[in-house]
Amino acid sequence: MSAPAPAVEIDGLVMRYGDTLAVDGLSLDVAAGSITAVLGPNGAGKTTTLETCEGFRRPHAGTVRVLGLDPVRDRAALLPRIGVMLQAGGAWSGVRAVEMLRHVAALHAHPLPVDLLVERLGLGECGRTPYRRLSGGQQQRLGLAMALVGRPELLFVDEPTAGMDPAIRRTTWELLEELRADGVTTVLTTHYLDEAERLADHVHVIDHGQLIASGTPYELTKAGGAATIRLVVTEPFPPDAPASLGAALGPATEVLAINAQSLLITGPADASTLATVSAWCEQHGVLPESLTLGQRTLEDVFLQLTGRELGTPAVGAS
Amino acid sequence: MSAGTFTPAPGAAPFPRQVLAQASIETRLMLRNGEQLLVALVIPVLALVGGVVAAERGGIELDGRAVDVLTPGVLALAVMSTAFTSLAIATGFERRYGLIKRLGASPLSRTGLLLGKLGALLVVQAVQAVVLVALALALGWSPDGGVVGGLLAVPVALVGSAAFAALGLLLAGTLRAEATLAVANLVYLLLLVGGAVVLPRSSYGGVGEALVVLPSAALGDALRAALSEGRLALVPVLVLAVWALVGAAAVSRTFRWE
Repeated sequence: MSAPAPAVEIDGLVMRYGDTLAVDGLSLDVAAGSITAVLGPNGAGKTTTLETCEGFRRPHAGTVRVLGLDPVRDRAALLPRIGVMLQAGGAWSGVRAVEMLRHVAALHAHPLPVDLLVERLGLGECGRTPYRRLSGGQQQRLGLAMALVGRPELLFVDEPTAGMDPAIRRTTWELLEELRADGVTTVLTTHYLDEAERLADHVHVIDHGQLIASGTPYELTKAGGAATIRLVVTEPFPPDAPASLGAALGPATEVLAINAQSLLITGPADASTLATVSAWCEQHGVLPESLTLGQRTLEDVFLQLTGRELGTPAVGAS
Repeated sequence: MSAGTFTPAPGAAPFPRQVLAQASIETRLMLRNGEQLLVALVIPVLALVGGVVAAERGGIELDGRAVDVLTPGVLALAVMSTAFTSLAIATGFERRYGLIKRLGASPLSRTGLLLGKLGALLVVQAVQAVVLVALALALGWSPDGGVVGGLLAVPVALVGSAAFAALGLLLAGTLRAEATLAVANLVYLLLLVGGAVVLPRSSYGGVGEALVVLPSAALGDALRAALSEGRLALVPVLVLAVWALVGAAAVSRTFRWE
C-alpha cells in the first residue's frame, strides 16, 4: 500500500513584502491525517506561509498544493474543504458569539451541530455576548469553532491557544487530538514548544523564511542521542566561557550561552562530562548555582539551531 | 461502528442559501446598530417632520405644500443613507475586523458576499420606505404621481442605490475604517445640506443648475418627478446610471479585501 498523498506540498515558496523576503525558498510537506506544527520566532514567515496555503496570497515563486489543488486558481473548490482559524479577528464587532458561529455553519453543506461545538469549547457562558466584549481566550475559542464547524478535511490554525487559560488549552489540545483520530489533518503554527511537543506528529522549524529543521519531536530532540546540561552560576561568566568549556569538553559536546549566567551543554551526559564541568568551574573560580541534567527539549533544539531563544509567546505577532 | 464526531464531510451550502444567510445576518446587525439606525431612520424622520414644521412657521419657502415637496426628497435621503453611509461604514469596519478575510476563507464567494450585502440593503430600505411613507401620509402627504409614480419610484431608487453603493464601496475599499467613517458621514452631511436631495434644486438659486450632476440631486429630482408628477425624469436617471457604472468600475479596480 502506498502512502496517501500529502495534504500540503510546498516547494520552493518565495514570498516578499516590498524588499523584505518573508519566505525564502521554503519546501515542506504535511502528511495527511497528521498534526503538523510549524514552529518559529516572530517574523519567521509562519503566518505568511499559512495564508498562502489558504489562498489569500499568490506565491512570488515556487508552488503550493493543498489537497492537490492550487489555492489561488482552485480556490472555490478548495475553500469548502479547509477550515481556517485566523490569528485574530474574523467577526463583526456587534455580532453575538453563537450567532456568528451559526452563520458560518449556514455557509456549509453538512455543518457540525452548533450546540456541540458550543459545549465542547465552553462558549455557552458567552453565547449572547457581542464579539467585541469577548475575552481574548473566548475569541480564540470562537475562532476555532468557526474553523471546525464545516467539517473540514484540513484545518489551518494560527496560534490556536494564544491567550487561553491552561485548562482551556488542555481542552483544546484534546479536541485537536480527537480531530486527528477522526481523520482530520491539522497544520498549526505555534510559539509554544510544549504545545508542539505534546500535539505534533511532525514539526517544521522555520527561521527567516527557511526550513531549518524538520522531524518528529522525538527525532528533533533525540538526534545524536544527546542530553542537556544546564549550568547556572552565581556571577556572570567570563566572556570566553563557552569556548573554553567547549575546548575542555571536546568535540562531542556543544556549549551555548543562554545568557550571562547560564550555559547549555549538549552532548553525552556521562560522569566524565559532569566531572569536566565541575573541574572547569573550579579552575575558573565560578560557583555553580544549579547544574541540571535533562532531556533535550524543542526549546534547546531551537536555541541550538538559531542561537536564540524562541522567546515568550506573543499574541498577534508574525 | 459509527463515524467519529469530526469525521470530515466538507462542502459548501447551496449558493442561494449562502446569500440568504449573509443577507439575513447583515440585516439583523444593521437594524441592531444604533448609529446606523440614527442615519437610516432618525435623520430622515427629523428632516421630514422638521421641514414640515419649519415651513408652517414660515422658516423655509417652498413651491407647494411642504409635505408634498419634502417627502420624495426625504425618501431619496433615506436611500442615500443606507446605500452610501451605512454600507461604507459597515464594509470599512468589516475589512478592519478581519471579517472579510474570515468570510474569504469560507465557502461564501465574493459575489455571494456582495449579493448578501445587496439583500440586506434592500430589506433595510424597504423598512425605511414603510416608516417614512406612513409618516408622510400621516402628515397629509398626497402623492400626485399616483400608482404610476409609485411604480416608477422603485427602479429609480434601485439605480440610485447602485450609484451610492458603488461610491460607498469605493470609500470602504480604499480608506482605513476610521477615515471611511469620517468621510462617509461628512459627505452625507454635505449632500444633505448642499446636495439638493431633500430640497429641490430650485431652492438653491443660481447654483441649482450646476447641482444636476450630483448623484444626490439626481436621485432627489428623479424621485420628485416620479412621486409628484408620475413622470420618469430621464436626465437624472442617466446621471445616476453613469455614477453607478463609473463607481463600479473604480471599485473593481481599487477595492482591497483586507
